[in-house]
Formats: sequence, C-alpha cells, structure tokens
Amino acid sequence: MVETQLRFRDDEPVGDPAVTVDSFGDQTNAAAVRLEPGDDARDLLPHLSRIKLVDVNFPAYTDGRGYSAARILREAGYTGELRAVGDVLIDQLAFMRRCGFDSFAPQAPLNAADAAAALERYPDVYTPAADGRAPIWARRHPQDGNR
Amino acid sequence: MYQYDQYDHAMVAARVADFRDQVRRRLDGSMTEEQFRPLRLMNGLYLQLHAYMLRVAVPYGTLSGAQMHMLGDIADKYDRGYGHFTTRQNIQYNWIKLDEAPDILADLASVEMHAIQTSGNCIRNTTSDQYAGAIADEVVDPRPYAELIRQWSTFHPEFSFLPRKFKMAVIAAETDRAAMRLHDIGIQIVKNAAGELGAAFYVGGGMGRTPMIAPLIREFVPIDQMITYSEACLRVYNRYGRRDNKYKARIKILVHELGRDEYTRQVEAEFAHLLTQGIEPPLAELERIKAQFADPAFESGLPDTLDRSDPDFAVWVDTNTHVHKQPGYVIATISLKPVGGIPGDATADQIRLMAALARDYSFDELRVTHTQNIVLPHIGKADLYAVWQQLNEAGLGTPNLDRIGDIIACPGLDYCSLANARSIPLAQKISERFAPREAEIGELKLKISGCINACGHHHAGHIGVLGVDRKGTENYQLLLGGCEGADTSLGTITGPGFDEDGIVDAIEKATEVYLAQRGDGERFLDTYRRVGMAPFKEAIYAKEPAHG
Repeated sequence: MVETQLRFRDDEPVGDPAVTVDSFGDQTNAAAVRLEPGDDARDLLPHLSRIKLVDVNFPAYTDGRGYSAARILREAGYTGELRAVGDVLIDQLAFMRRCGFDSFAPQAPLNAADAAAALERYPDVYTPAADGRAPIWARRHPQDGNR
Repeated sequence: MYQYDQYDHAMVAARVADFRDQVRRRLDGSMTEEQFRPLRLMNGLYLQLHAYMLRVAVPYGTLSGAQMHMLGDIADKYDRGYGHFTTRQNIQYNWIKLDEAPDILADLASVEMHAIQTSGNCIRNTTSDQYAGAIADEVVDPRPYAELIRQWSTFHPEFSFLPRKFKMAVIAAETDRAAMRLHDIGIQIVKNAAGELGAAFYVGGGMGRTPMIAPLIREFVPIDQMITYSEACLRVYNRYGRRDNKYKARIKILVHELGRDEYTRQVEAEFAHLLTQGIEPPLAELERIKAQFADPAFESGLPDTLDRSDPDFAVWVDTNTHVHKQPGYVIATISLKPVGGIPGDATADQIRLMAALARDYSFDELRVTHTQNIVLPHIGKADLYAVWQQLNEAGLGTPNLDRIGDIIACPGLDYCSLANARSIPLAQKISERFAPREAEIGELKLKISGCINACGHHHAGHIGVLGVDRKGTENYQLLLGGCEGADTSLGTITGPGFDEDGIVDAIEKATEVYLAQRGDGERFLDTYRRVGMAPFKEAIYAKEPAHG
C-alpha cells in the first residue's frame, strides 16, 4: 500500500488504486496511473483530462528518469496530483518539487524536520522548471518582461 | 572575471549549509553510506584508497589571485601542504577528513568558489580554452557562455540523477585547446555568414573504455537558444541513456546506438517543444556576464620585445609562452611537470607564489589547463624576466610545455580505488629518462591512465600509456597516434603490453624511430601519421618474441 507522507495540495486525495500505463488506455474509468522508469510519460498526454493522480515510481533514487516524466506532464498542462513513490529520500525532495511533484510516498518514512529543512534550504533557483519559481536571471532582469 | 552577486553568494552559502547537514546526518547514522555517497559525490568528495579526496571546481579554469591563494591555504590547513591540478581544470586534495569538508567549503565560499557537481552523475564543471580572452584566434571569449551553462546546470532539478556523469566544454576558436570533441557535449561558439553568434553542438564524445569523437549534431544554434538546446540534448539522454550497465551509460553510447541522425531527430523534437517553455535566460543576462569578462586595462604602446640575453630564460620563452592578442603582452604557461615530479602537483607555497605573480603581473588572473599546468594569461613583456626568475627559484620554471616531460597522468593506484596500475611513478621515470633529449624530440604529448576509465586521456596522447592488471601484476599497454584538437584522433595499441621498465624502453624505441624518420619540421605525430604503425611496431617488438 502506498502511503503519502508529504502532500502539497488542498484537494481531496484520490482513493483509486493506480493502474499501469499498459492497462490505463483500456480502463476508461481509471483516474490514477502509475509510471515506471521505462514508461513514456507522453503516452498519457491524450488522457490528461481524466487523470487525477499520477504515481511516478523510483525503484532506486539514482534512476532519474522520473524527473523528466514529471516535467513532461506538467509542461503538457497536467494539474492533477503528481506523486513520487518508492526510494524517495530527503535530499531529492527539493529537486522533485521543482519538477512538479506535489506529493510524496517514500517507502521508508522521512524524518519530518530534516525533510522540511531540505525543502526550505535554497533561497533561489538558477533555472526554470515546473514549479513556477522565477529563476535568478528573472530577478536580475525584472524589466525583461518578455520572458 | 565573473564576480558573484547576492544571488550567487546565497546559493553557494546554502550549499555549504546543505552539505554540513548531510555530513551531520551521515555521522549520526540517520543516513547510510549508500545514501550519502551520491550526495557527497555531487559535492566533489570521493572516498579513495587512503582518505577522502575533495575536488574543487574551477569554472572554465579561471581563477583570481585571491582564489588561488586560498587554494594554497587550504592545502596547508586541511591537507598535507600540496594540491593536485586535474584534467578537468580543477584542483583536488587527497588527504581530507570528512568532518572538515564542510569547513573547507565555507573557506572556498569566502572567495566565491565551491565544489558543486565536481563529481556524481550530473552535469560537471564546464571546461574551456585556457587562453580565452588572451588569444587572437577566438571569435569571442567563450567563458561567458560557459558561465551561463554553469548557472543553468547548477542544481538542475531534472538532470541531477543522470545515467552517468556529463561533461561539457565550450570553445570559441578554430584551434581547439580544450579537447572539445572528447566531451559529452562540446560547444564551439561560431559566427554565421550574417555575422550572428551561435553555437555548434558536438554530442557524444568521450574517452573511457569506449573512446568516441563527438559528431556534429547542429552547426548553428542561435546564441539565445543555446541553453534550451542543451536542455533538449540532456532530456533525451536522461530518458533514454542506458542505465543497465554503467560502462554503457555515457551519452556517447546512446548517440552511437541510436545513430547520430536519430539522436538528432529526437533532440530537435524536444527542442521545438522546449522553445515554448521559456527556459532560456534573456540576452540581458548574457550581456551582464559578458561585461565581467571585458578585457583588463591593457596598456597600449608597450615595448613588444624581450631581452633574451639569459639563455635559460630564452629557452623557457620559446617553449612556455604564447603570442598574446595585445602587443606588448605574452601568455605564459607554468609547467607543473618538473623533471621527476608528480604531474599537476603544486605545494602550498608554490600555489601562493603563482597567486602573487598573477596579482602583481597578470591582472590578477590565472588559468588551470586540462594538461595540468597553470597559465598566467596577461604578462607584460617587460615583466616576463622577473616573473620567470621567481618561478624558476620556486621550481616552477621547467621549460617543457607540450614536450615529452609535460605528461598528463591520472592519480593511479597511488590514490585511486578504481586504478589497476600506478601512473605517477611511471610518469616520473619517463620524465627522468627523457629529460636530456626533450628539446631534441620536440612536441610530443604523452598521456598515462592507470585504468581503462582513461582519466589520463591516454587515447588522445601522441603516445598513450594504459595501465592494466594482468594476472595480478601491473602491465602497461602502449598506444600511438592519438590527438586532441581540431584534428582529433584516437590512439592505436601497438601490441602486447610491458612491465614498468619495459614500457619506458618501448617509448624510447618509438622516439628513436621518429628521430630517424622525421621529415623537415615534422612532430612525432606527423611522422607517425605519415609512416604508419609498422616501423614503430617493428622496432618496439624487435628481439623480443611477440608473446601474449
């Protein structure tokens, strides 16, 4: 059972079990889907309007494909819950938030204080991602309105 | 030179706090070594054979005097009084205590330095031309583009857990002094027919056990799309690079397996998408950075001649200096390859002396070269003799740039837990054996790696040496004909390997073939390319049966 430890959304959590990408296309009533590292997040793009939860599995925290999957979904306009599950550790949380994850279900519970500190540590970011934070170059050039 | 503003300062300070906290959690046991490992690696901290090693970033190899001085002080305070300059234009300290590493990072931050992403499966420190800003043949100074890449790649949220490490180099001259095509991404800043600046992208080069020369995938990316194009190259790699085998995980394997055309097609599709995402910094940011790389206040009308009456000085001038774009100035390379020394090592006192010379004579600037030497980029010709005298007194006046004694060597089995063979003692032997004939032999780039990971760039040496483990004993293979630069080529193995003395003899035989056969003005590499492997092989293996 996947247990959410951290959630940065106000809406009601989705209770549906997440199905695999393979079976998701056929199960037209499914609202939750689970991406494995080898899955192509773009396969979900035709179905975004009915998806309420995407679980992105990190079998090992060193496998970074899930970061690209998350950004691709957010860049395509997905606004539902995007949850990192599996080998999710404290020092990856900030990167994951930046890529658009808004909930976390680590397989081993995280120390809450250390997690909060890690998420707060960096005052700014150098490059834009999927979290809407203005990068440092935008702060340096606020007059450059076309960006 | 680039100077931090409040934002850069705050980011590096946050990193120091971040790492201090990570070390605390490791030491109090709340993190396992396995969990800590990639975190410390992304801060440049390796566990070697005997101690921790800290690799400090020198972005695009450029340092101020104050920064260099701090590197000397760190060597004294936290290490054993020396540091080791590396082929990534960085510096490494080999005897670091884990609990002191956060303090070193704090000291570095005080002079606008860090160890961010000097290791790990992320975008590493970006390298560049060591003569940038001082040489006449560049289209533009490449360093502002490298700085833009530094900022974009620092803590990149999507690309911090790549299949494997990722190295980028940026040059802006036709003459490639940065081995650009042996990088995961090599960028050459160019001007098109309309006079506009753009970036040529070479993707999928590298050394290691499968050396490859990067193919050109896009001749001209408009300069205000360079970051977006880089992001597209990385995203395709992050998604599809192999993760099943670490030896096949570099982007060169992906580009090779997909083929250049298919990889390029995927990048172009991702690029078209990413152009809609607003990730490119505005040109105003590039201009802000460029302004900080403006030429120093060169004096015009300085005498453009040197007093060569001291013959030792004249020899050093001929080997170790290069023409500067500004009349009256010269580019000087300080060899960190004294006869019998450890390539790339410098003592704390030597480091501080180089810092002082930069401050007093070179507009407060130094460069680290990928060949493990130090450059004073802007010396007035009138000052050169005084500079050389001080260098010479400190053991830094060796006149052997690009000669056989100017060896690139990895740390090898003396330090590295990956190595199969020692590199340093071999480099010392070669240096001693050939010192008397160095001038006669002329330009000959010799590079030694202690294992197939090729940190010593042996594939790109005119003469390359690869240390392997052969049934429990160190064995050295000989390669000929490698070259980095515009005419990049990879070396070819001569045949069966040698023991430590045998490899030095084999190199000597190779140089004798060259000396006997060289045509007018030919370097070792030119002769090799003209006559081919056969005469070298014949001489090297004569008298000895070619056993396995």
